Amino acid sequence: MNLTLKVWRQNGPSDKGRMVTYRVEDVSPDMSFLEMLDVLNERLILEGDDPVAFDHDCREGICGMCGMVINGVAHGEQRATTTCQLHMRHFEDGATVTIEPWRAAPFPVVKDLVVDRSAFDRIIQAGGFVSVPAGSAPDAHAVPVPKEDADAAFDAATCIGCGACVAACPNGSASLFAAAKITHLGLLPQGQPERDSRARAMVEQMDAEGFGGCTNTGECTAVCPKGIPLDAIARMNADYLRSATR
Amino acid sequence: MAVTGAVLVLFLVGHMLGNLKIFLGAEEFNDYAEWLRTVGAPAVPGRTLLTITEIVLVVSVALHMWSAISLARRAVRARPVKYAARRRSQASGYATRTMRYGGVIIVLFVIWHLLDMTFGVVNPEGGDATPYARMVAGFQPSRWWITLFYLVALVMVGLHLRHGLWSAFQTLGLARRRRALKAGAAVVSAVLVLGFVAAPVAIMIGVVK
Repeated sequence: MNLTLKVWRQNGPSDKGRMVTYRVEDVSPDMSFLEMLDVLNERLILEGDDPVAFDHDCREGICGMCGMVINGVAHGEQRATTTCQLHMRHFEDGATVTIEPWRAAPFPVVKDLVVDRSAFDRIIQAGGFVSVPAGSAPDAHAVPVPKEDADAAFDAATCIGCGACVAACPNGSASLFAAAKITHLGLLPQGQPERDSRARAMVEQMDAEGFGGCTNTGECTAVCPKGIPLDAIARMNADYLRSATR
Repeated sequence: MAVTGAVLVLFLVGHMLGNLKIFLGAEEFNDYAEWLRTVGAPAVPGRTLLTITEIVLVVSVALHMWSAISLARRAVRARPVKYAARRRSQASGYATRTMRYGGVIIVLFVIWHLLDMTFGVVNPEGGDATPYARMVAGFQPSRWWITLFYLVALVMVGLHLRHGLWSAFQTLGLARRRRALKAGAAVVSAVLVLGFVAAPVAIMIGVVK
């Protein structure tokens, strides 16, 4: 396959940045999107150009490092898929593909398609944890958890923190990310002691980072590679309101 | 958004039921309007219910708009650099995308509507006529473009509620069964729109004279 790429190039955080057009030839339909970019980068390096910088790590859809807005959709149009797991067979031969970084004030561009997602780390630091006595591992059945709760908590815990929810949200809100962690921990017995303070601290940190407010558009859950449901946000709101009334 | 929106929805339900009284005839409709002004008398002064309603509504609308504007401003600040590719919506929800401009259309409509039916400034019968006469005169076939404007605005109200209703539950953390909630929002919006559309259309086609 041959493709025309329009890629966001930005030398550094203070550079203005611009879209640059590249031709990529002989792309195999079995390549992942990142492998296709590898092909481009190998050529750019051989030609003495600066390769396109993008984040990636596991390339098997579980680390949350990769992520770019492909043709206006975070992680591309394939549902429940990270960019590394998106394959070129979903594109038409000869197509023009626009590639941009996540766009959000709290996610400043580091270089090209790489954004700084430390804001997510600070949201987790604000309350996305449980305080437990350290020591030897407890017996697995020491704290019983109903099967339904365990399943729902696990579903929420599958959030990989990639930031696609923020990138897709017309308001630039990080609600789905924060809500996933609040749901994950709030459903488990270990998360109960800090449930109120967690919701309050994480929501306040989210606002302090400059993310927008949620208007329930549902764009986040539609692009989420892990399919975190919108119900998580309702749960976050419930916990937040509960903390405010105590 | 959610709390003030809920107040406005409750008002719309009452308003729609009141409107439907037009099908019971001029006397019933005018009596109802008079009752709204004298309810509770002589224990409370005239227009007590109306004045309370007006104050609550004005405050609700103001706070609703303030919330909407601050959310929109936060959204602009949160994304200083826009996407080059047209951001394509992945969520199903036409109504959701009408919320902001739809809200503006609804505000403009409400202003016209108050001038028309409450103050009678732009009503052919004027402010001194009975409510029934004002309403019938307002939706005469010759004024079809006014009626059309009402219908368009009502559809915008319906779309606004289609998203707003379930969204309010979500915001207040009460959304547990979202599918049922969304279906309920659609039904309530449709019923409200049909209830409001009934009177102007009936007058225009001559069923109510």
